Amino acid sequence: MEIRLEQVEYRYAANTPFEKRALEEVSFDIPSGSCVAIIGHTGSGKSTLLLHLNALLKPTGGSVQIGDRTVKAGRKEKELKPIRQKVGIVFQFPEQQLFEETVMKDICYGPMNFGVSEEEAQKRARYWIKEVGLSEEILSKSPFDLSGGQMRRVAIAGVLAMEPEVLVLDEPTAGLDPRGRKEMMEMFYRLHKERGLTLILVTHSMEDAAHYADKVVVMHRGKKVHEAPPRELFADQEKLSAWGLGVPEVVKFQRKLEEKSGRTFPKLCLTMDELADLLKQGGDRS
Amino acid sequence: MMEKMIFGRYIPADSFAHKMDPRAKLIFIFAFIAIIFIADNTWGYLVAAVFTYASIRLSGLTLRFLISGLKPVMILIGFTFLLQLFFAREGNLVFELGFIRIYEEGIRQAFYISIRFTLLVFMTSLLTLTTTPISITDGMERLLNPLKKIKFPAHELALMMSIALRFIPTLMDETDKIMKAQMARGSDMSSGPLKDRLKAIVPLMIPLFVNAFKRAEDLATAMEVRGYRGGEGRTKYRLLFWHSRDTIALASLILLAAALIALRFMV
Repeated sequence: MEIRLEQVEYRYAANTPFEKRALEEVSFDIPSGSCVAIIGHTGSGKSTLLLHLNALLKPTGGSVQIGDRTVKAGRKEKELKPIRQKVGIVFQFPEQQLFEETVMKDICYGPMNFGVSEEEAQKRARYWIKEVGLSEEILSKSPFDLSGGQMRRVAIAGVLAMEPEVLVLDEPTAGLDPRGRKEMMEMFYRLHKERGLTLILVTHSMEDAAHYADKVVVMHRGKKVHEAPPRELFADQEKLSAWGLGVPEVVKFQRKLEEKSGRTFPKLCLTMDELADLLKQGGDRS
Repeated sequence: MMEKMIFGRYIPADSFAHKMDPRAKLIFIFAFIAIIFIADNTWGYLVAAVFTYASIRLSGLTLRFLISGLKPVMILIGFTFLLQLFFAREGNLVFELGFIRIYEEGIRQAFYISIRFTLLVFMTSLLTLTTTPISITDGMERLLNPLKKIKFPAHELALMMSIALRFIPTLMDETDKIMKAQMARGSDMSSGPLKDRLKAIVPLMIPLFVNAFKRAEDLATAMEVRGYRGGEGRTKYRLLFWHSRDTIALASLILLAAALIALRFMV
């Protein structure tokens, strides 16, 4: 499912003295089945932007096209549920949204809100709990008895069980340990590859953006300032630092290596493995 | 609508009332609440209204600002007015239409009660409009200090108040965040039958409470590791000074009370 933003503008507390513009003339599109990263400094409008992706906020200007629905400024919208079923959002610290007595019930909450039968919802719960790396026994426990990391996984399973076509992730790995972080991202990426799930990644981590995204959108002070594939984007370190952003460690390392050795690599490496392979080949001294 | 509401909000300015000692303001407001009940005739209410108007001007605010800011409260007052008008059954019958009967005493009571109510709301709003929450708490603590002798926990009470005030915006943000998260999971709080809407509150309230308790625990730990042990021997960063303007303000109240008593028994 494709999402297309056109000249989206959003003002908080519109038409009051407290009015504040959070988004301005934001246009880009998210092709079906792609993985798009949205990066930006704190306060750049990333979080406001992500709320538009499933009509939790309505733009005060411009329009957002989500699949075959268009959410336009100044028009009353009814029946937004189908949109929310197709676009799942995993918010930052999603473990804070758990509320049911058991993990099973909590995972079933989303699907059942969208009219899935209880039986089917439970089937999905049993499937997704394993997908997020937990065992089925956990389903009968109270979510409040779990560890932080487990709670996070349960909350994510709750969103995945809605079986959305587009998954929006807001800093999904914040506060996890390095291993949990990697496992989690690998799982999302696998779903993206295997099921053609469209991934939208709102993140501070340049590593994740470099590693997983087909396209990176850079937000700065409520505006979209750049949109490019990661390899192109991270080539321009100076521009990025003007927006308060950095480049992945690997890129930094490659640049330093080039500077010290006087040797230039044929391409910019985005992962450690890529760089290692390139170094192994070795022969391309220039 | 919430943005326009001024109830409980602080408006920074440099006026007579802003410069008053919070203790004086607290005493002033509580005394005023008691004194207003002395008035029992038109003259008395007129004097009280003039007094209130003068107080508003001395707070650097305008009557129009207060009225527009307190609109929701005004609706409530209007409702009280109607209630009195229709249900007081004393005095001469003035008007009758079907089951509606309006009596002389009903009209009088309706006016008096709504005027009294309005004056009280205006005055108490002046307190929060001209005093920061933190100085209200400071003032409260100092006023309650003598009660410490009978083991009344004045400091703890003030601390509780300031913590509660401090966390209101935090909890508001949190509510908004959880609401969005549950809406993304298909919960619908703004449409459908009432029963479903009430049900939709549970997924909002539980996480909110869980988080609030967690936060309270964290805060308690954070205070403890920094060696907090109540008000004992604690010095104050913000000192309170009693000026002549505070004495003048309280003296004016005594005059008001005297005037109202005089009007009550002489007119």
